[in-house]
Amino acid sequence: MSTATKTPTVPDSRTTSKGARLLGDRRLPVLVTATLFLAMYIAGLSRYTNYGFGEPQVFLNLFIDNGYLLVAAVGATFVILSGGIDLSVGSVIGFTTMLTAWLVEKQGLPILVVIPIALGVGAFGGFLMGYVIHNFEIQPFIVTLAGLFLFRGLCLVISKESISIGDASVSSMAQAQASLGVGFLSVGAIVSLVVLAVAFYVLHYTRFGRRVYAIGGNEQSAMLMGLPQGGTKIAVYTVSGFCSALAGLLFTLYIQSGDPLHATGMELDAIAAVVIGGTLLTGGSGYILGTLFGVLVLGLIKSIIQFEGTLSSWWTKIATGVLLCAFILIQRAMTTRKKT
Amino acid sequence: MAEPLPVLEMTGIVKEFPGVRALSGVDFRLFPGEIHALMGENGAGKSTLIKVLTGVYSLDGGTVTLDGKAVRIGSPLQAQQAGISTVYQEVNLCPNLSVAENIFIGREPTRAGRIQWKRMRKEAAELVDRLGLDIDVTAPLSSYPLAVQQLVAIVRSVGTGDSDGAGAGTKVLVLDEPTSSLDRDEVLELFRLMRQLRDEGVAILFVSHFLDQIYEICDRMTVLRNGALVGEHLVSELDQVGLIHLMIGKAMDQLEELHEHQLHADVGEALLHADGLGRTGGIAPFDLEIKKGEVVGLAGLLGSGRTELARLLFGADQPDSGKVTIGGKQVSMSAPNDAISAGVAFCSENRKTEGLVPDLTVRENIILALQAARGWTRPIPAAQRDELVAKYIKALDIRPANPEARVGQLSGGNQQKVLLARWLITQPKLLILDEPTRGIDVGAKAEIQKLVVSLSEEGMSVLYIAAELEEVLRLSHTIGVLRDRKLVAQIANGPEITPTRILETIASGEHQ
Repeated sequence: MSTATKTPTVPDSRTTSKGARLLGDRRLPVLVTATLFLAMYIAGLSRYTNYGFGEPQVFLNLFIDNGYLLVAAVGATFVILSGGIDLSVGSVIGFTTMLTAWLVEKQGLPILVVIPIALGVGAFGGFLMGYVIHNFEIQPFIVTLAGLFLFRGLCLVISKESISIGDASVSSMAQAQASLGVGFLSVGAIVSLVVLAVAFYVLHYTRFGRRVYAIGGNEQSAMLMGLPQGGTKIAVYTVSGFCSALAGLLFTLYIQSGDPLHATGMELDAIAAVVIGGTLLTGGSGYILGTLFGVLVLGLIKSIIQFEGTLSSWWTKIATGVLLCAFILIQRAMTTRKKT
Repeated sequence: MAEPLPVLEMTGIVKEFPGVRALSGVDFRLFPGEIHALMGENGAGKSTLIKVLTGVYSLDGGTVTLDGKAVRIGSPLQAQQAGISTVYQEVNLCPNLSVAENIFIGREPTRAGRIQWKRMRKEAAELVDRLGLDIDVTAPLSSYPLAVQQLVAIVRSVGTGDSDGAGAGTKVLVLDEPTSSLDRDEVLELFRLMRQLRDEGVAILFVSHFLDQIYEICDRMTVLRNGALVGEHLVSELDQVGLIHLMIGKAMDQLEELHEHQLHADVGEALLHADGLGRTGGIAPFDLEIKKGEVVGLAGLLGSGRTELARLLFGADQPDSGKVTIGGKQVSMSAPNDAISAGVAFCSENRKTEGLVPDLTVRENIILALQAARGWTRPIPAAQRDELVAKYIKALDIRPANPEARVGQLSGGNQQKVLLARWLITQPKLLILDEPTRGIDVGAKAEIQKLVVSLSEEGMSVLYIAAELEEVLRLSHTIGVLRDRKLVAQIANGPEITPTRILETIASGEHQ
């Protein structure tokens, strides 16, 4: 975390005000999101404290209920940091639930065999998209849009009906809990936090991670600096495919069924979480921790609306929309400042 | 300065593009511990030669030897590994990363795959220190001005190869137009660094359009013309007149002719009137009048608001105060379209990113603005279009004179001419030229300046922005002086106005 905590000293020759310096700091959006999360949580506490909002388990449930989204958003963070976009996330998740349910229920394969297969398929799908994007120089938007349709279609090839999972090992895995004293976490929540930690390490302490930032900052420059930008790009989409498949597995555990319509549009939730977490859609700037807070904010909105009781769940979408808009405006303000 | 063996030798280099032979059998050699200038007009093949050397282009013929060994350079990465580093005119670093990372990325010190940030920062700081620079390596690159970023690019290239203690680092450093957007102090700092590296035995290849700089810093030069070698000379043995002679290949009186050119006196009535026009963060409110057939020059340092002023007059940025009247009618200026229909044309300073469409042909680029003015529902008849394009290619001497050539493959000067042709074809009343001569050679410069003079004689008003004061003085009837994003003075040109006077005005912020 040393990169992110040490304050970059602005050169003396530039007499920027403290406020301007803060606005130029790349970590500001993460701070804003973290503050927002905290404020929302405190507001929730004061409003619903009689309904048990203060229970530690309510907080831990944020991770349990959104673990799959966190994993998907981590994958999306890699892609967006590199300056790309991945629209296939939701479809890959949906496809993974179908594939897993089908292999376990209809083919009778043990879940421990199915997991690597599902992850492999997702990663390979991501690799193919990355390969096409790099080698044929096609917009990631279009290529991953094709991936979106392809994987959604493949769901229906497996089955038009949803497949519920009754396998004992799957349900025991789904119900396994790790006690933390004040509450518990599910397997999915723990996996998502491990993924987050690994992603943090990769982005900040490996050459691959820094290359992701570099090509997001300026791809042409990265190429002229002698960085293997093609391999990095392909790897980024592979990571995203892998994360999507893993998110699909967590989603399967969470919901214990496969359905061709599972996770429709979840790529947009993932992208929203990344953007709310302060990562610039233009690439090159952002932090994985921001993505965590982005996911938590989205999760907290859902919880609050549940606690409110009378509000329709569509208010989640409305609140997300408003937040997204606000954060994009903040990003805009930051990038225009940088230009001048 | 002569060393027994060149570190780099290129023999019989040939490079062809579809329809263009960019290099035909060029020889080039570079000795360790020298600064070597590569000279030539735009389109002479300098950039191509550099791109061949640095692995951006593959070569179609000839050999490259480095330290006596034949090498094949297939990519920028291979060039770096062989010890050839390049700093381009546009800084090719990642502004979102810290200075230290930009110096080290791709070869960060790692242990078991983990980047050692502390060690990297320390080594970067040492390297910066050794080169006598004062840069905080932990700050993001984007927090430094362009000049410092360029120095960082050089530090990076010097550091290349010695991350693991192995490799002797850079043997050949290529600087492609590094000074084109630096001010004098920044150039001096760059030169100091270049001398230090030269004394350490690095061979430096330097490309610049500023002849004075070449004579200040270089030991030897190679001159190219039309993709062929003209000669290699010691700088001390060839004076500037001789050099220009070699570059152009014919007696060059155009420049002198222009020096003595008298500004025509018949300036008409007011064409454009800006009243309290301004934009927060862009330029303070200003009043400006441009008369018919008048050339108004804008002088000021880089970043003083020259471009911002021009962009307001073209509606590229929206003013938040003031109004503009053109030909007696108030124009809303909410978008470039308003300006274009009022007869304003704007040649942007970044011809690559804001003006030309590099993948379209010369013809398509030229016709773009005229088509836009007519509206998309009324296509220009093919015959008329071809005739117009041919006329302007001829009038401006665009080379190659092929309307089907892709603009991206033209040299800088010729790209500028294409951009000019595009706007001239719409017969504007006011032509805004933002740094039209930046990064182009003396010959093309003179042609463009002559063109400005003749246009204004025909009654077109011109707003002329240039970094070189002499250039502004030579052409303008009125000179607007900018300082700190403010139009501080408007001076009528005359024999008593000298570059020094203008500089004093810029420095003091008022005209005596």
